[in-house]
Amino acid sequence: MTTLDAETRRTYGGYGGRYVPETLIPALDELEAGWAAAKIDPAFIAELHYLLTTYAGRPTPLTLAERFAPGKRVYLKREDLLHTGAHKINNALGQAVLARRLGKQRIVAETGAGQHGVAAATVCARFGLECIVYMGSEDMRRQRPNVERMKLMGAEVRPVEFGTKTLKEATSEAIRDWITNVETTHYMIGSCVGPAPYPEIVAELQSVIGREAREQLLAAEGKLPETVIACVGGGSNAIGMFRGFVDDPGVKLIGVEAAGAASLGSGRAGVLHGSRSSILSDSDGQIADAHSISAGLDYPGVGPEHAYLRDSKRAVYLPCTDDEALAAVQRLARTEGIIPALETAHALARVADCESDYIAVCLSGRGDKDMQTLIERLGQ
Amino acid sequence: MTAAKKLVIYLMAEPGTPELAAAAVRGGADIVELGFPFSDPLADGPVIRLAGERALKAGMRTRECLECLARTRALVGPDIPLVPMTYAAILEAYGYDRFNTDARAAGMTSLIVADLPADERPDVKRVQLVAPTSTDERIRLAAEQTDGWLYLVTLTGTTGARTAVSSQLDGLVERARAITDLPLYAGFGISTPEHAAAAAAQADGIVVGSRAIQVADEGGAPALEAYVASLRAAIDAL
Repeated sequence: MTTLDAETRRTYGGYGGRYVPETLIPALDELEAGWAAAKIDPAFIAELHYLLTTYAGRPTPLTLAERFAPGKRVYLKREDLLHTGAHKINNALGQAVLARRLGKQRIVAETGAGQHGVAAATVCARFGLECIVYMGSEDMRRQRPNVERMKLMGAEVRPVEFGTKTLKEATSEAIRDWITNVETTHYMIGSCVGPAPYPEIVAELQSVIGREAREQLLAAEGKLPETVIACVGGGSNAIGMFRGFVDDPGVKLIGVEAAGAASLGSGRAGVLHGSRSSILSDSDGQIADAHSISAGLDYPGVGPEHAYLRDSKRAVYLPCTDDEALAAVQRLARTEGIIPALETAHALARVADCESDYIAVCLSGRGDKDMQTLIERLGQ
Repeated sequence: MTAAKKLVIYLMAEPGTPELAAAAVRGGADIVELGFPFSDPLADGPVIRLAGERALKAGMRTRECLECLARTRALVGPDIPLVPMTYAAILEAYGYDRFNTDARAAGMTSLIVADLPADERPDVKRVQLVAPTSTDERIRLAAEQTDGWLYLVTLTGTTGARTAVSSQLDGLVERARAITDLPLYAGFGISTPEHAAAAAAQADGIVVGSRAIQVADEGGAPALEAYVASLRAAIDAL
């Protein structure tokens, strides 16, 4: 029994699709065929497993947060302990192995907070691939250490100076680069967004989070959690976590969006970056600016599968303000000695008002990259 | 028989565009494309992207673009095909059927949607684009679904002037000819009379956008008319 059959995984109940120039269609067909072959190829599976265990640091532990949530059983799935500090490496490694199978030596990627850019630069260094990362100039200013990390690993970071100068424009520029260099280049998209088959590829590569968490929770408590919570920007850590529980009807799924970038909570059906989804846009379809303290959630779109999960009521999506996220960072830091990424803190903020007593939270990334913002906003 | 080569001029829908479109027609344009601006135009290079940003700042939302289309129709008369070129997000928000009804009423002849490839939304009748990367199978599909002519994207890339016409065009024309008898108009990267002649020697028509916008920005309607006339002369001399 699955809520997502093969057809649904392409159409997501009317979301998804391939809203891209014709130039890219053959490359998407090639990618789809390449992925279909790779994911059942024992050699691919073994290589990815080897890299995830010996290079990225899987499986990640499950931590019981007793002081963070006294009286409850709140478990943290520790993606923050992965190499490069976030779940993004799961996807980047998988796509790098796939790109090599497809004979692509040049990688383009977009990044907002810089976590996916760092993951892309990391795997490109590991495999000797050329790496171009597009990043809004405003984000480059906000996330300077990640820019330096990418450069140190040999990636070229190209600033995007127009529009919002954030993730939205960086994504558009990465896609334009791909259109121009499609014969030689793999577009390593960082979240479960974009034209088919990207949302499905990214979801499958991230689903390792939910698979591990499910097993670990069963081992720890002998039963499944009542509620699973994850933050949602584009939605890749959430979809990876949810995939482990979506077929368990008793497990409630909660995605938490930045209040100023709530594509699911306050968006409308629209088209952005190659797929139809729930988008922050005006009544004419023009894309609206998102606003979040967290660069990784500062995006007006969201993966089409989340729009489907919302409409089908399998998951619910709640907002979280900047201030609530900041408070959650402080609380986890002081009660557990773990500094979460600002993105992740949105999920943690909703734990307090969750009625369940047994909860699993995807701790998608660590907060080192946010120290400058934290110092500015918390005065520490 | 050699029919006259067609000259298609793309202009962004802005308040002054109807007069520019009329100037382009006086200069010899056979068809005018009207860009309906979108905030995130994936297929466009810097010139059209900036023109779109400017148009949006000037309030050119879908309703205003349709008014621009109607005024253009009034100025150029009933015989010049007018073809809005836009992105799926605009149609999604306005409603595909409602857009078709209202745009036809405003003088639309056909439609181009830069990010709707042939098998996406087949119910929306439009001019289909094919690219050098398109397989023969996709060219066949596009030919089956297109509205009157096929738009050949001459290169793998976004809109905008290039130093020479793409060497990828010849092969694309050859493959398309083997599949369809439809007229083939080539666009992307064509900006000078020399480019126009080179592309029109292969295709049945050419599309010029970014350079036309720049010329109109720099010298207004008279400059655009003279520029279009120079393209007309170059392709008529073939």
